[in-house]
Amino acid sequence: MNIDSIQNGYVIDHIQAGESFNIYNYLNLGELDTQVAIIKNAKSKKSGRKDIIKIDEITDINLDILGYLDSNITVNKIVNGKIANKYHPKLPEKLVNIIKCKNPRCITSIEQELPHICELTDRENKVYRCKYCEEKVN
Amino acid sequence: MKHLIDIKDLSTDEINELISVAKDIMSNPDKYAEKCKRKKLATLFYEPSTRTRLSFEAAMMELGGNVLGFSDATSSSVSKGESVSDTVKVVSGYADIIAMRHPKEGAPLVASLKSEIPIINAGDGGHNHPTQTLTDLLTIQCEKHRLNDLTIGVCGDLKFGRTVHSLIVAMSRYKNIKFVLISPKELEIPEYIKKDVLEKNNIEYIETNDIEEYMGKLDILYMTRVQKERFFNEEEYIRLKDSYILDKQKLENAKEDLCIMHPLPRVNEISVEVDDDKRACYFKQAKYGKYIRMALILKLLEIK
Repeated sequence: MNIDSIQNGYVIDHIQAGESFNIYNYLNLGELDTQVAIIKNAKSKKSGRKDIIKIDEITDINLDILGYLDSNITVNKIVNGKIANKYHPKLPEKLVNIIKCKNPRCITSIEQELPHICELTDRENKVYRCKYCEEKVN
Repeated sequence: MKHLIDIKDLSTDEINELISVAKDIMSNPDKYAEKCKRKKLATLFYEPSTRTRLSFEAAMMELGGNVLGFSDATSSSVSKGESVSDTVKVVSGYADIIAMRHPKEGAPLVASLKSEIPIINAGDGGHNHPTQTLTDLLTIQCEKHRLNDLTIGVCGDLKFGRTVHSLIVAMSRYKNIKFVLISPKELEIPEYIKKDVLEKNNIEYIETNDIEEYMGKLDILYMTRVQKERFFNEEEYIRLKDSYILDKQKLENAKEDLCIMHPLPRVNEISVEVDDDKRACYFKQAKYGKYIRMALILKLLEIK
């Protein structure tokens, strides 16, 4: 199966097989007007199978969350048909509505439509804490 | 606009300034008697805490201001299901400053994000209680005349006791502080306080389950209550609550100028016979609480 290469945009590679739809949703890619390709179960030398997402436009989309979701993911920024930048996204400083605080004593358990905000407090050990009650959330 | 949600919101200079203003209020109460004339403090207490509420109300009254509010959730619109955000937006139109007590952790922070007037956290569950910490700092400064070079014993419930956690965090800013952590094994200080606060700031500490072992070395003994509401199991509470009762006998080897503190209310962890000892500072401590809250109200309302 062939999917055209892109001229300007992003290739999100090495997604764990089967996870591409979740990533698509976390990144709100459904809201983009541009072409987006989801490739499931592509062959991978490393892991046998992987998923790939291609976005056919350079947008200001925040890809930092990928660093939290799967540290194996690589992002290739394509400019004029060539890889301009290839990187593993870093852990984001803040996660909004990605992890829910499970502390029953936290205000998030009762306050209407309060966003669940978690902040990175220990990058080395990948520790996020709830912004409100400061409990560990992961 | 500044709020006080966590003691970490205040720089060391700001804390020192609050202590200095509080001491000036104690010396010259008349000078401050009308500083908050026509200003209103709203005390939004979603759970009862008579002591803290009265302290805030007395503080505002002594500044010449007025107070309004509620003292438990059943008598407020929250019983109808109103969110914290909505309540503070409404109250922002009625008052100049809010002191909020809430059983849910983080509620005052949520309030501060929506409020048009300063919010003071008057205790949020087992999380923060910054005005208690300010009270403790003012007490130490007034009784020991310094915030550096102190050996501080903290005794009782060190696992759930938020006042102890906040005190340790606050004192870690000062020089040559040592802690003696006295508790039963079940109520030991959490790992993260040891790792992220004590060890990170190179603060010397000793853990012991014997209240008398290091008594002679202490400059301050901070007693805490074993709180029933922090336990899920009543049997465990009953077993542990009397573990560390301070009496005259245990004080035999203590320094002459030891300062005995307690955030109050006391249940029975300090024997009444200690009350007459000149080293007992816990009732004075409650009084200092009013003065530091006066200083804080002035600061947040930007009144000189």
